[in-house]
Amino acid sequence: MTDAVATIGAQHRSLARDVWQQFWRHKGALGGAAVFALIAIAVLFGSVIHGVDPQYLDYRAKNQGMSLAHPLGTDNLGRDMFARVLAGGRLSLAVGVAAMVLSLTLGTTVGVLAGFFQRLDGPLMRLTDLFLALPVLPLLLVSIMLFRDPLRSVLGPDVGIFVLIVAVIGITSWMQTARIVRGEVLAVKQREFVLAARAVGTRPNRIIARHLLPNALSPITVSATLGIAQAIITESALSFLGLGFPSDFPTWGRLLYDGVPFLGLTPARVIWPGLAISLTVLSINYMGDGLRDAMDPRVRRR
Amino acid sequence: MLRYAARRLLFSIPTLLVISFIVFALLDLAPNDPTAQLPLTIPPETRQTIRESLGLGQPFHVRYFRWLAQFTINEPLNLAERLWGIEIGNSEGRLRVRSWSTRAPVVDLIAARLPQTLTVVGVSYLVAVLIAVPVGVFSAYRQYSIFDHVGTFVTTVGFSVPTFFTGTVLIVVFSATLGWLPSIYDTTHRVTDFDSFVYQVRQMVMPVMVLGLYNAAQLSRFTRSAVLDNLNQEYVRTARAKGLTEPVVVLVHVLRNSLIPVVTVIALGLPSTFAGAIITEQIFRINGVGQLLIGAIESADIPTVQTVTFIFAVLIVVFNLLADLLYGVLDPRIRYD
Repeated sequence: MTDAVATIGAQHRSLARDVWQQFWRHKGALGGAAVFALIAIAVLFGSVIHGVDPQYLDYRAKNQGMSLAHPLGTDNLGRDMFARVLAGGRLSLAVGVAAMVLSLTLGTTVGVLAGFFQRLDGPLMRLTDLFLALPVLPLLLVSIMLFRDPLRSVLGPDVGIFVLIVAVIGITSWMQTARIVRGEVLAVKQREFVLAARAVGTRPNRIIARHLLPNALSPITVSATLGIAQAIITESALSFLGLGFPSDFPTWGRLLYDGVPFLGLTPARVIWPGLAISLTVLSINYMGDGLRDAMDPRVRRR
Repeated sequence: MLRYAARRLLFSIPTLLVISFIVFALLDLAPNDPTAQLPLTIPPETRQTIRESLGLGQPFHVRYFRWLAQFTINEPLNLAERLWGIEIGNSEGRLRVRSWSTRAPVVDLIAARLPQTLTVVGVSYLVAVLIAVPVGVFSAYRQYSIFDHVGTFVTTVGFSVPTFFTGTVLIVVFSATLGWLPSIYDTTHRVTDFDSFVYQVRQMVMPVMVLGLYNAAQLSRFTRSAVLDNLNQEYVRTARAKGLTEPVVVLVHVLRNSLIPVVTVIALGLPSTFAGAIITEQIFRINGVGQLLIGAIESADIPTVQTVTFIFAVLIVVFNLLADLLYGVLDPRIRYD
């Protein structure tokens, strides 16, 4: 086995393969990736196997414990908790991924612009500092209070709140990515191959796309991974404070919030969504740690 | 150093001005009407008078500068008067930022809520530091030992599990099932004798632990990596070669150098702990500043929301400044000029 890998390695040795091998050796990262894949598959395809409508009310079967028909019991209106947790997970993961994409796009754009164009560096970094000094949680709460109803009336109750939450989380979480990318761009910009590209007359946008971004890919990937976890936590915190998704389109955070008044009666309503959030975030954090180690050239070349 | 401090202090003023403008402008967009809660029998002219008495008749920039002046000039003057029992100028006629829902000055509301928040946040942060530093140092000293592996796992779990989940689980276990601890924090409770002190401790255990362990998880990971950075340095080998005992090497030489970044992270983390307390206060029904903010948001009490949010921003800027200056004080290698 070792020999086979060695010969393949001798033939072709790419960055992706190196990173993959290192990631494969990191037990925590592998476990995290497995758990996250399991959660993602369950959330995406679980409704095929467990075909219960999460909105179906069955008053006669309210506040039940675990049973074969309702694996996680039912809530106070007789809705099946397992179906609700699966549906909530779809929404939670969707919010996490969408907010991450937005924050990554903003962060990378600001970082590349600040690192590449000297004139923009000062103003953009002051902007980043300013955003870092904003009290994020209070501002999130305030902006949701302000824009919830207008956006709902324009885009509909479900799309409106989704767009709002993704937007506010994305806009308030891009600063770390921007700083990291700027640092990376500043370092790569001084290298000879960029000078060579410039010497043959390559346009700035081409240099950024072909030479700078691929080299900044590792830190971007790591902050993308951790960004999903952060966005899921932030969204569920907002929902927990009652300023996130409504009860009809619950995320894991909202399910937990709705379960709190029934703590004494059916504690399972709090435990399962909470466990789902915690496991997802934990597995993503482990994946992020593994990716960081795998992409760190000092570790990889050992 | 002094010049650097003065420059940083001067730079933080425009930052705060911009943030205050953002906070004020964002909330000013609010489409709500403070008289909407009043009975419908009130004629429109009276409504307009009420609105103007709340200061809503003026254009935007007038209201912004008034709010800014009330917050930055009038309220510090009031504070000074109360602290030293003196009278500066016309203290009766001085305008104050007033809450729309209670008509009381917002700063008084905050002052009434602050002790509860400070008790919980302060004690929990102290607990976090007391747990995190020894755990981090020992994990780093015995890197890859069982203690380190378990510690790293526990801290990763610790900052992955959100506080609102740990809080509710603790309530399920210790209040609902075992009945050992009260689930609601009683802020009217006064400590007068030993029994009431015991009750105060019992009601503080859960909120303090929830917030404290979450912070301890982050701080101990940071301490561990800071100590690891230092353990491989030449000066540690020198200290050992001189024949110093291990406790002296680790606890005096390594710890002093490792704590430099840790102290700044502790200072930087305090404002976000205040923000995190918003959630903890909601779980355990502590009527602190966080609950004041949530309540004000729910009842659309704009002046209160503006002021509390801005105070959070001031905390962040002040502690960032403090962390920068502490770094310079603690680490003589850093030169600012």
